[in-house]
Amino acid sequence: MATPVSAPAARQANMMAALKEAAFAALITFGLCIPIIAWGTRQNLDNVLVLDPRWDTVAWAVAIVFVGRFLMALRQQKKGEGRTIVRILPHGTFARLQGHSRLFSLVGLGFLITFPIIAITLAGWGGALKWIDNFGVQILIYVMLGWGLNIVVGLAGLLDLGYVAFYAVGAYSYALLAKNFGLSFWILLPMAGILAAFWGMLLGFPVLRLRGDYLAIVTLAFGEIIRLVLVNWVDFSGGYAGISGIPRPTFFGIPFTAADNGFAAVFGLEFSPLYRTIFLYYVILCLALLTAFVTLRLRRLPVGRAWEALREDEIACRSLGINTTNTKLTAFSLGAMFGGFAGSFFAARQGFISPESFVFMESAVILAIVVLGGMGSLWGCAIAATAMIGGTELLRELEWLKVIFGADFDPTKYRMLIFGFAMVVIMIWKPRGLISTREPTAFIKEKKAISADLVQEGHG
Amino acid sequence: MEVFLQQLINGLTLGSIYGLIAIGYTMVFGIIGMVNFAHGDVFMLSAFIALIFFMLVTAVIGTGAGMIMLALIVVLFLAMFFTSLWNWTIERVAYRPLRGSFRLAPLISAIGMSIFLTNFVQVVQGPRNKSVPPMLNSSITLIDSATYSVSISYKQIVIIVTTAVLLGVFWYIVQKTPLGRAQRACEQDRKMAGLLGIDVDRTISITFVMGAALAAVAGVMYLVLYGVVNFADGFTPGVKAFTAAVLGGIGSLPGAVIGGLLIGLIEVMWSAYFTIDYKDVAAFCILAVVLVFMPSGILGRPEVEKV
Repeated sequence: MATPVSAPAARQANMMAALKEAAFAALITFGLCIPIIAWGTRQNLDNVLVLDPRWDTVAWAVAIVFVGRFLMALRQQKKGEGRTIVRILPHGTFARLQGHSRLFSLVGLGFLITFPIIAITLAGWGGALKWIDNFGVQILIYVMLGWGLNIVVGLAGLLDLGYVAFYAVGAYSYALLAKNFGLSFWILLPMAGILAAFWGMLLGFPVLRLRGDYLAIVTLAFGEIIRLVLVNWVDFSGGYAGISGIPRPTFFGIPFTAADNGFAAVFGLEFSPLYRTIFLYYVILCLALLTAFVTLRLRRLPVGRAWEALREDEIACRSLGINTTNTKLTAFSLGAMFGGFAGSFFAARQGFISPESFVFMESAVILAIVVLGGMGSLWGCAIAATAMIGGTELLRELEWLKVIFGADFDPTKYRMLIFGFAMVVIMIWKPRGLISTREPTAFIKEKKAISADLVQEGHG
Repeated sequence: MEVFLQQLINGLTLGSIYGLIAIGYTMVFGIIGMVNFAHGDVFMLSAFIALIFFMLVTAVIGTGAGMIMLALIVVLFLAMFFTSLWNWTIERVAYRPLRGSFRLAPLISAIGMSIFLTNFVQVVQGPRNKSVPPMLNSSITLIDSATYSVSISYKQIVIIVTTAVLLGVFWYIVQKTPLGRAQRACEQDRKMAGLLGIDVDRTISITFVMGAALAAVAGVMYLVLYGVVNFADGFTPGVKAFTAAVLGGIGSLPGAVIGGLLIGLIEVMWSAYFTIDYKDVAAFCILAVVLVFMPSGILGRPEVEKV
């Protein structure tokens, strides 16, 4: 055995090791910074590219990494000594919360229903618009998309990287049918869903016999094909310019305008754009809850159980006589249908759509919400959507940072940068997603939560 | 015929770039079974690194006739080194902690990294197109008929020759050196390779470094060919290179090159003979058709299902 080292000497050795690691990390950072940060490129007045040296930024980056890595190394050493480390949440918090999931669902639902009232009370009539529109409606759209994709990825285990295609199908079906045929939102909403589901079936049929990553790539390709067709088929979709002036939804025939037959006038209220936003908020809330309800119910039906069985083991499913193609196809087209609903809502809310809204990054963000939330968990999806979308929206609000970093500091520039970085960090922190345990739908005597380690991911 | 020959040359040039990027995808997929979504953005980053070094080097040695070639060689090596450093760090920070985790975790991490890199470059270098003055513009006329003359420009020669030479070097490394042997062993069975004394983590790191070095070559070539780079330029070439890797059979190195050349040729031919608008649609349709009817690609091994 090694001779026991005296405590100060050991501490000093630890310190040296941490310093060494920090120095190494700082050196790497310096290397990374050399070309891309140290010189900024800029067009000068003659439109010739010139380089601006920015060594002060490099120095800051290196210093931050050095200190950060040093503190992390010290913390890890303490962890190695067996001391308790500071946890952000006590162990098993999520599991305990899940034990009261019904209570939490009710509280959450109550909050969502009263959210516009809370926003108006806290921010006043003028300030509430931003909160309900940018936060409420925006987050709920992503929650709904996440829950829709959850059927495909979380329940059936089919990796779909082109989900945004069905969102686009829904949006364009509403926009084109409403503009050209004057049909109302409430007729077109189910129609957009049906059309998206039809496309899901059409695209799904040839490709669903592929497995895992191959399926992911083909769905990515289809997503891009639909977008590129929308870009290039100008007669049909208006190309890059998109479609504007899409009819807005009405309250059972009463439009939200300042006119005499408008919503405010009919109900004897003072006109405010807020009414439309609140109405849209409740529409998307109902749509999202419909998605959640259908998902929860379907999980208890034979087809839902077949999905989950398929996710766990496709070969076993086949040998038990489950028609895997049909099962996958139902999941794919149901997911697509909810994407279509969300799409037509999106078109109705914006009044303007263009292919720019349906790029691959959207698919990636929706998939990230599903995976970060913990695949198959509705709660997880909702939390992840709130954190990721709400978090990036919050970054728009950080104008006060200008006081610290100077007037030309623009926090919105860093929005997506932080978004991407947060995705990596959450994945490393919780690779199985925020809520990783699964509640079984089939059990003999009592429900037992399934630990994350026992849940196998889908193969195809 | 002349048009076809000219398009063949153009297609091979573009295809070389796709092939170089595709190797990075196929190697990483082969060794850890992960779609490295950030690879297209690493390529874009390398083009920016090359741009900056090109300006620095030409500022020192000038832009004389021979000096451009010298500058390009220096820039090529510098870009390879620094891009490799970036990809090594990315693997270390974003993918290594997720090794052995479930299948989707590294994929999401890679998508996050891709978003991060795109926006990082946008923040530090600005959102505008960055262009360098055109270089190596003169060309050799191969066939000079009355209606159409077929020519190959110096930059096309440079691109095709550099690609061929580097692929040769790379082929030698993978096939003949102990390092390549370790890589192929890890590809077949990571656990067994580890038991036989191969440092698996190190081998994977080196795979990322090699992929990045080839992506950097592609980045320099892209800069030479188009002279313009933008922070959003990583996605489309990335997806197309990935298509190329799948087309050639993912996991297979010669497959990636063949796939890259095919995608380049298809794109150029489609633009020349049909409509340029739908060239990307054509590439993706071919991908879908190939995957549906030939899921393992041209040179890939069919996947054996184990129960």
